[in-house]
Amino acid sequence: MRFSIAQDDLVERITLATKEVFSMMLGGEAVPGPPRTEDGGVGPTEGVVALVGLTGPLVGTGSVCCSPELACRLAGQMLMTEYHAVDNDVLDAVGEVANMIIGNLKTTIEDQFGAMWLSVPTVVYGRNFTTRSMGRHNWTVVPFTCDGMEMQVQMFLTEANDLTKLMRPGLTVLQKG
Amino acid sequence: MAVDILIVDDSAAIRKILQRVLLQAEVPLGKVHEAGDGVEALAKLSEEKVGLILSDINMPNMDGLELLGKLKSTDTLKDVPVVMITTEGGQAKVLEAVNLGAAGYVRKPFTAEQIKEKLVGII
Repeated sequence: MRFSIAQDDLVERITLATKEVFSMMLGGEAVPGPPRTEDGGVGPTEGVVALVGLTGPLVGTGSVCCSPELACRLAGQMLMTEYHAVDNDVLDAVGEVANMIIGNLKTTIEDQFGAMWLSVPTVVYGRNFTTRSMGRHNWTVVPFTCDGMEMQVQMFLTEANDLTKLMRPGLTVLQKG
Repeated sequence: MAVDILIVDDSAAIRKILQRVLLQAEVPLGKVHEAGDGVEALAKLSEEKVGLILSDINMPNMDGLELLGKLKSTDTLKDVPVVMITTEGGQAKVLEAVNLGAAGYVRKPFTAEQIKEKLVGII
C-alpha cells in the first residue's frame, strides 16, 4: 500500500490548521497566499524557524518561519505581554505555534493513514543561516500574511518505506552561511 | 473553595496561557504549580498536594500518558483528576488517555470556554 498526500490536499490541511491556531490562540487572522514547492533547501536565511518532526506511515518535517518582529507580535498576542526583542518566551511561543499547527495536521493525517508521532519542537533564531533536509524531496510552502507581515508554514512528507530516497528521514541541517 | 493546580507542559508559553485561561474561566484558583515534564511533575507532587492536574502529552523525559499511568497507580495520587491538554487529537490517543483514567481531554488550540466547560463537572 502506498501512502501519499497530494500537494493540493496538503496545502488545504496546512491552511485549515494554521487558520484555526490563529483564530483560537492568537485572536488574529492568517491570510494564505499562493503555495509553492521548493526542492531541498527551504526557508529564509534569517529570522525565527521552528521545526517539528513527524514519523509513522509517513515521515517528514514541518516548520514555521517568520521575522523576529512577527515572532515578537505572535508571542505578545499569545501571552498578553509586549515583546520588543526575541527572548526565550518568544522562541517558546513560536515553537508552540508550530507544535499546534503541525500537531493539527498530524491528527488529520492519522485519520487517513494511522498513528503518527511528533517530535518536541526545535526553534532556531539567527541570521545568515541555511536550512536543508537530507534526501531528495520537495517541500510544500504556504505563505501567510499576519498583521501585514509574512510567515511561512512548510512541510515535506514522504512514505516511511521510501527510505532509499532519503539518507536520514526527517533530519534537517542548519548551516551558518 | 479554591483548588491548587499543577500545570504540566514543556512550553512555558502554554503554562502561562493556561493560568490566564483558568482566571478568565473563573476557576476558583488556589496555588498554581508548574512542571516542564512528567518527571518534574512527580517531583513536585511529592512536595505539594493539588486538587487538579492539567497535563500535556508530548513532552521530553516522561510524556503525559506515562505520567497519567504513574499517577493512577499511586495510592495517594490516584484520585486527583487529570485533564489532558494536548495537540494529540487522534482517537487512539484520546482512548488511551481515557482508559488510563484521564478525567477530561482538550485539544490544542483551545478557547477559555472549552477549558471552562471541561472543568465544570470536575472541580
